Amino acid sequence: MDDILVAENVSKTYGNHTALSNISLKIPRNCIYGLLGPNGAGKTSFIRIINQITYQDQGKIWFNGEPLAPKHISLIGYLPEERGLYKSMKVGEQALYLAQLKGLSKSEAKKRLKYWFDRLEIGDWWNKKIQELSKGMAQKIQFIVTVLHQPKLLIFDEPFSGFDPINANIIKDEILKLKEQGTSIIFSTHRMESVEELCEYIALIHKSEKILDGRLSDIKKAYKKNIFNVGLQTNGDGDALLNSLRAKFNILSSQFDPLESQLNFQVQLPSERTAEVLAELSNRANIHHFEETIPSANDIFIQTVKNKDHDR
Amino acid sequence: MTGKLALIVKREYLAKVRNRSFIVMTILSPLLIVGMIVLIAYLTKINDNETRVVTVLNDSDFFHQQFQPSQGLSFVNVDNISLEEAKDSTIALGYYGLLHLPKGNDVEYVAREAYLYTKDNPNTNITQVLEGIFQKQLRQNRLGQLGISPEQFSEVEKPFEINLATFEGERSVRGINEIKAFIGGAFGYAIMMFIIIYGGFVMRSVIEEKTSRIIEVIISSVKPFQLMLGKIIGTSLAGITQFAIWIISASTLLFLVLLFLDIDLGAVAAQTSMAPGMGSNMAQISAPMSKEMMLYTKEIINIPWLLLIASFLVYFILGYLIYSSIYAAIGAAVDNETDTQQFIFPIILPLMLAIYVGFFSVFSNPHGPIAVGFSLFPLTSPIVMLMRLPGGIGEGAVPLWQLLLSVALLIVTFWGIVSLAAKIYRVGILMYGKRPSYKELFKWLKY
Repeated sequence: MDDILVAENVSKTYGNHTALSNISLKIPRNCIYGLLGPNGAGKTSFIRIINQITYQDQGKIWFNGEPLAPKHISLIGYLPEERGLYKSMKVGEQALYLAQLKGLSKSEAKKRLKYWFDRLEIGDWWNKKIQELSKGMAQKIQFIVTVLHQPKLLIFDEPFSGFDPINANIIKDEILKLKEQGTSIIFSTHRMESVEELCEYIALIHKSEKILDGRLSDIKKAYKKNIFNVGLQTNGDGDALLNSLRAKFNILSSQFDPLESQLNFQVQLPSERTAEVLAELSNRANIHHFEETIPSANDIFIQTVKNKDHDR
Repeated sequence: MTGKLALIVKREYLAKVRNRSFIVMTILSPLLIVGMIVLIAYLTKINDNETRVVTVLNDSDFFHQQFQPSQGLSFVNVDNISLEEAKDSTIALGYYGLLHLPKGNDVEYVAREAYLYTKDNPNTNITQVLEGIFQKQLRQNRLGQLGISPEQFSEVEKPFEINLATFEGERSVRGINEIKAFIGGAFGYAIMMFIIIYGGFVMRSVIEEKTSRIIEVIISSVKPFQLMLGKIIGTSLAGITQFAIWIISASTLLFLVLLFLDIDLGAVAAQTSMAPGMGSNMAQISAPMSKEMMLYTKEIINIPWLLLIASFLVYFILGYLIYSSIYAAIGAAVDNETDTQQFIFPIILPLMLAIYVGFFSVFSNPHGPIAVGFSLFPLTSPIVMLMRLPGGIGEGAVPLWQLLLSVALLIVTFWGIVSLAAKIYRVGILMYGKRPSYKELFKWLKY
């Protein structure tokens, strides 16, 4: 019961095209889970199965400990990548309609909509038609409609596409607040950089297969290679220092900054010997900086894909 | 679940009814239709009122009383002038033509040598009237030579109509089959129009949901089938509203117009009867109408109206659901309306076929093999069966098993087509940027 959603060996094919093959995932409660992969990898297919828009050919899915069933629809909020609104309908009317489809009563929906409209400062849009709004404005409405029924699980498919940076930040903050309030969130994107600051857990999907999943920090730990960036303050003779270090350490690359008389280099260290190394270095020079290079999600993704292709 | 369906139906209904072009069409159509009827009536009247004048230069011993003014034609006699003078004065007076009968005491000779001079080729109606007059006189003359009096001749000429009766001994009337099929045909025609108009609405509404990209938001809350059904029901309720407004306002308007403008609707009907064969049938019917009015009224009252209306509702609902779900599937399969053409024609084809088969075959032989076949075939039965039904059920009419089989086939087809359409719909609404072929649609059925 620690997981809001569990998928076991889920497969889906469309004709000759395999969209998902044997995907197994565990999405923990109350976290932001990144579903990553390039376009066409199968992320949207998987999300549509969770939303019961389509059904898996094989495999099982549990939601909240029960087999996924139509009654769970009202517990899920979904912001699709292809999202829009009825152009000729008024904003308020439309939001009410969509909220009622999710099972809210009209009065409750109205109350919550008022709260959200005030919160995102769009209260005066109620009687506007969608076609009068800009794309970013419409996206705010879509966001509100997605979260309005207070689902246990929120699924955002490329949520930031179409937002300007300011509004993207507002939405990001709202997503984080929802997480704090206990909502579990699936965040699907092909833009890896947006993942790092939001997601606790990730799964990488590539060519319909899951190639990696787990806690992001664990994955990074597993993928780091004990490479450190080091900056040493020298008394002018950088080359001599570098040569003496080369004898002892595996220096990958180096660069001398004569202006600051600072030697910067990358070094790969044997594991669990950081303290020793630090002591050693501080004997020789002033340490300006000493930090471990943590691979980005993007690096990890590229590396895993390479390994995967190499294995074949 | 039903709550969601009701929500969808309500939204679709309101979206349609509030649509500006829908409102404009609802108001404008009755005005246009009544306006057209008034215009036709008016034009017909003008046509009738125009009287053509023919001058008659009669140098013969005959035909001095025969040229009497009739509808649209009058005569002016000129005497004691030459043919050339008569021609000149006819032209000068702006008359239509000049009829010249030469000097002579033999009626056959006079008739043979008579000429009608006109500016252009003469109007057929006028030549017919003139020829009729000559013909009558010549006939009398020839009969006289044979020693037969006009009275005797009219006795000979008396028209004959065979007596008609059913085996049970009831008197039956001619033309009633056509009237009955026409009444049933009107119901069938209404179904066809409804399907074409509101099926198109359903299709456009689906396309709109696709192009506005709201579809995935909606179907994450409701089943695609619910959405499709809600759309079809909502649109048809809007359609029924529009139809009802049209019928009420058009008939009120027409009534008022007729009251105030004093227009003879019969003349309009004769001018506008579109169905081939109908015009002459109606004309035949209208002649004995006065004396056999009672019989016709009786026959029309005897039409099993309850059965007809009940069947109309059944065929209407099933037929409309079948066709509009196909329309919905087409809307789902394409990205914009221009891509729909290749799919729409095959849908309209059976409807057109039903109407034409109805008018050509069912009218003359309501229970022949073609009529029976088409009234069983599910895509045409809603229209063709309704044309046959006014004759009632049983011996000499539609056998009960045919009605039941037809409805049963329709229900089976309804189930099959709606589930196929729902499959195409379910896959199609999430497909963008492709213009699918029939082959592709077939593949979707297996997803």
